Amino acid sequence: MNSKTVNYFEASARTRITCLVDTDSFAEICPPHFRHTSPHLARLNAPVAFDDGVIVGRATVAGHSVLIASQEGKFNGGAVGEVHGAKLRGLMERALDERPVAVLLLVDSGGVRLHEANAGLIAISELMRAVLRTQAAGIPVFALIGGSCGAFGGMGIVSRLCAEVVISEQGRLGLSGPEVIETVKGVEEFDSRDRALVWRITGGKLRRAQGEATHLVDEDVHSFRSKTAQLLGAYAEEKLKPAGLAGLTEIQRQLAERTESYAEARDGRIIFQVSGFTDLEAVALMPIDAFNRQLGEAL
Amino acid sequence: MEQFVMIFTSTGRLTTSPTPRVCGVVSSGNLEVLVESGDAENSCRIDVSTPAEGFRDIWKAVLNDFVERQPVGGLHVTINDAGATPAVVSLRLDQAIDAFRSERP
Amino acid sequence: MNILFDRLFGTGQHHIAIDGDFLGGTATVGDREAVIIGTCNKAAINCSTSLKVAGAILAAVREDEATFRPPRPIVFLVDTQGQELSRHEELLGLNGYFAHVAECCELARCQGHSLITVIHGEAVSGGFLAFGLMADRVCALPDAQVRVMDLRAMAKVTKIPYDKLLVLAEESPVFAPGAENYWRMGAIHELWRKNDDWRRCLIAALTQTEQEDGRARLGLERGGRELAAPIAALVATA
Repeated sequence: MNSKTVNYFEASARTRITCLVDTDSFAEICPPHFRHTSPHLARLNAPVAFDDGVIVGRATVAGHSVLIASQEGKFNGGAVGEVHGAKLRGLMERALDERPVAVLLLVDSGGVRLHEANAGLIAISELMRAVLRTQAAGIPVFALIGGSCGAFGGMGIVSRLCAEVVISEQGRLGLSGPEVIETVKGVEEFDSRDRALVWRITGGKLRRAQGEATHLVDEDVHSFRSKTAQLLGAYAEEKLKPAGLAGLTEIQRQLAERTESYAEARDGRIIFQVSGFTDLEAVALMPIDAFNRQLGEAL
Repeated sequence: MEQFVMIFTSTGRLTTSPTPRVCGVVSSGNLEVLVESGDAENSCRIDVSTPAEGFRDIWKAVLNDFVERQPVGGLHVTINDAGATPAVVSLRLDQAIDAFRSERP
Repeated sequence: MNILFDRLFGTGQHHIAIDGDFLGGTATVGDREAVIIGTCNKAAINCSTSLKVAGAILAAVREDEATFRPPRPIVFLVDTQGQELSRHEELLGLNGYFAHVAECCELARCQGHSLITVIHGEAVSGGFLAFGLMADRVCALPDAQVRVMDLRAMAKVTKIPYDKLLVLAEESPVFAPGAENYWRMGAIHELWRKNDDWRRCLIAALTQTEQEDGRARLGLERGGRELAAPIAALVATA
């Protein structure tokens, strides 16, 4: 498969891995024929998947060793259940032994799987601690976001714990999805069918402009691959250092500044404006490299 | 969910015996197919799990066509269905065999 | 709230200020001072609450580091209906604020602070994830309400009949609301009863904190979560 022509948004979780890693380098851990399916879905009479919606394994990217997990957004919205969550956490623990250059999380998830909601919520909190522990050991975790389910709920939190957040324009990142907010608070609060609005609140360009994502890439798998390879090269040279008290104090200051500066904001337009994008209509159409260039100049 | 096993006689065999392969995704109107080596040389065992209850005859017809079309002796096929049409089922089964046949996915 | 504080720390043994839904201060636990951080009034956790919680954790770490005293335990008093559902909060990146709180919890843990959660009201979904579930040890008071989603809402979303969910909830702790379910699954370490001496319970809980995340193992031992531990171990070591 030619990763230049494969669209990340549309690709399956398996295809994303195949296109992202070096040819034939992927070795799946806990593969489908082990049949670790969810007993909880089965009990509720819902279809199960052999990998419970997440593929985990080891591979190389541009020669750098990685552990990799890829969530299947088309299976139950990539939602995290007991088995799914345990596979992700196990991979973080494996990283402590294996010491890859990084762990790649191909996030495509609405968060907790309601059929096993308690197990999913607990699994996500375990994953949060595991990601932090892995990174404290000097192994960075990258979140790659560009699937149809984005990174929401607990997976939105997990993504932001990662040292790098690589997102595409169609990638979305947040906590509560627009549909959830609309259902509970009404359409006046958030019209989830207004795609342009959804994009200005949760979309890749907005998240990159405000610094919630560290890199914005094009929609094809190749762009995700080359950015990942570049980052791996950098981390292979210079190890991840924990933020520590000083680092977190600085993040606290930045986040406090954001809540103050945007105390009334309900639309991403203002954030684009502050980031130096004067022609707001053009932002949506702007090619990724031009957007990144302009953002670089504004920063 | 309805679950059943069908065993078909098939003398045709693939020359390779590579690692198990999975094809497709369990999403509405779709299915996943797992192909691996089975126990009996001259038969193909197919396990089906489907949310659409009462369509066993149609499954039998679709799977029968598949077994006649492909050299599946000695294989074990397992299907997690999420309400796929017969055409989609046939397509995924063929894709799974193709993937199983080649060394690369 | 004072009645609760008295029962947890003893009369006159706490100095906790309530600022809207946020509460912060210090209290005596056994023979030590502990840092108290939490929420009340079923707080909907937003960016501003997150910053207050994170700020209080960072302040505790900073103070203890500056005065060279042993890191004080941090007690989280949890009462939250979940994250605030609003366009404004999403725009700010509420998930990022929650991640920041989690990082502050981990920093405190690494610096030697014990983290204890006491659920005194509700503990729901994202609001619970933000800091309550980040503690070393989680304790629940008798009236604690712990859940992701109530069963009627779940029935609507999953299209599984409510009556069926009720029956299945009897057999499995995995989806239905309830502190007892979270206890069985290992995410709540202790359920305190009405007549327990909560002050003593808290002192005892503080002696039992551990840095390792043992929740999956506990869930396995208690029979409420039988796959999390073995599957994670399989992936970690296979």
